[in-house]
Amino acid sequence: MDLFPLWNSIRVAGISTFITFFAGIFAAYYVSFAPRAVKGAFDCVLTLPMVLPPTVVGFFLLKTIGPLGPVGSRILALFGFKMTMTWYSAIFATAIVTFPLMYRTVRGAFETFDMDLQYFGQTLGLSDTYLFWRVRLPNCKQGILSGTVLAFARALGEYGATTMVTGYIPGRTASISTTVYQLWREGNDALAYKWVFVNLAISFIVLISVNMLETGKRSVAV
Amino acid sequence: MSLYAKIRHRAGRFRLDVEFETGPGVMGLLGASGCGKSMTLKCIAGVIRPDEGLISYDGRVFFDSRRKIDLPPQVRGVGLLFQNGALFPNMTLSDSIAAVLKSRGDNAVSAASLVKKFHLEGLENHYPENMSGGQRQRAALACIMARGPSVLMLDEPLSALDSYLRWQLEGELARVASEFGGVTLYVSHNRDEVYRMCSSVCVMNAGRTEALRSIDELFESPDTLASCLLSGCKNYSRAGISDRGIRALDWGTELACAVRFGPDTEYVGVRSHYVRKSDTKTGTNVFACRIDRVTRDVFGTIVNVIPLGAPSDGDFSRIRMEMPREEATGLRAGDEIYVRIRPEDVMPLKK
Repeated sequence: MDLFPLWNSIRVAGISTFITFFAGIFAAYYVSFAPRAVKGAFDCVLTLPMVLPPTVVGFFLLKTIGPLGPVGSRILALFGFKMTMTWYSAIFATAIVTFPLMYRTVRGAFETFDMDLQYFGQTLGLSDTYLFWRVRLPNCKQGILSGTVLAFARALGEYGATTMVTGYIPGRTASISTTVYQLWREGNDALAYKWVFVNLAISFIVLISVNMLETGKRSVAV
Repeated sequence: MSLYAKIRHRAGRFRLDVEFETGPGVMGLLGASGCGKSMTLKCIAGVIRPDEGLISYDGRVFFDSRRKIDLPPQVRGVGLLFQNGALFPNMTLSDSIAAVLKSRGDNAVSAASLVKKFHLEGLENHYPENMSGGQRQRAALACIMARGPSVLMLDEPLSALDSYLRWQLEGELARVASEFGGVTLYVSHNRDEVYRMCSSVCVMNAGRTEALRSIDELFESPDTLASCLLSGCKNYSRAGISDRGIRALDWGTELACAVRFGPDTEYVGVRSHYVRKSDTKTGTNVFACRIDRVTRDVFGTIVNVIPLGAPSDGDFSRIRMEMPREEATGLRAGDEIYVRIRPEDVMPLKK
């Protein structure tokens, strides 16, 4: 069994989670301070990829970063590399599809954050940057962690948008989800099952680790 | 060394419109829940930006909407103690103090001396969740003093505590405030706390402040319904002015009043222990009542009476009397008694 799809999926999911981690947190932070009208509009736009069919996201992506798209054509002309049909094309697709999960979970955590902690810290002379990293984030740890894990799990399982921008090239762009589909089309059920179980195992590990993180929060120092 | 605040701010339907100036010593901000006390403190601290106004301390402008000055809370030097302490849940006591001392950047105070000063020895490595309510407040005070504020503001610091701890911490706060010596604002809805802690008081009602006055003025001669309610008075009637004095509409009786009152008098108030049983049936401010209810209290008896002349639809007709237990023996609900109010105990009130 060629393990390339496993490696590729983890690589893509890891990098796109890294991107959505920061993008999601900062979007959530700024939206939570935005005036109400702006908030509503931003919230809609930022959540859109979650409710759109992934194929629609893939379609838009192809139209922008494809070799004929406004972004894709320029990058091809300037740097000479294609943004579609490569392994890293999947990063754009999964990052967009998983972004709302991170953004919404973190925003929820920020909204329950006790602003008095922030106020108290400000009156103590602590900078807003310090308070963001050392007070707000640690106290919203739960939400940020579950957002990250959910985004990672979703990235591993992303199929629709990914398959449109990467296609299926064995040993180059194949991921677990596209491999399972390909094997099923070829009637290779035995191998398809193997990949299905790999996927199940990863999902279980991810979900169990979330639960463990949540229950074993912080051991009390007395 | 005085703090001046004139603040106008809207939040949804709520309108805040306050103005006061106070010097060194403890000033109370007394008002019912939701009247804008905490919002006022947050505006002074700089964590909420008011719509308009002027806030300055000792000649230094913190906020001026006209000149577009708005100093960030970090540099105002205003310490704010929250009801629950607002300590960072993810930091131990020594972490928090160290963070404040580090941002301050000098060695004028040491963490150890603060820990000692606020009796926090042994709690240095505790997280707030492992401290009692009183310890949390003292720990928060230690952090505030680590910052070295020039104005100290205490926002309902005792409300989250049970009564024994409350009494202990109150003593602590009084000591801190007097050692601090600068401008201190003490926010509370509890008149007893304010009476004991403060030298002057500003009553707040529905987002507006009344004139600043000494604590004795408020308790001896409140002049508005709101300040009278806050000073703990329990008996009110709507009032009309008549040639003999004040007509208490809800009690159906004329009251002679020894205090001067203006034409804007709309209510009259009498404190519970100034309504006394009368042995005679006639005399100044003597009138007949029927006993509605007799309640034994911890150290005395509360007798609720309804004046015989009260209109049947009066919501405020019930008068509460408080007396020692011996005086109340033999009084039963349904009995008729005569009560007397001395003219000097009648308080005419503006709206």
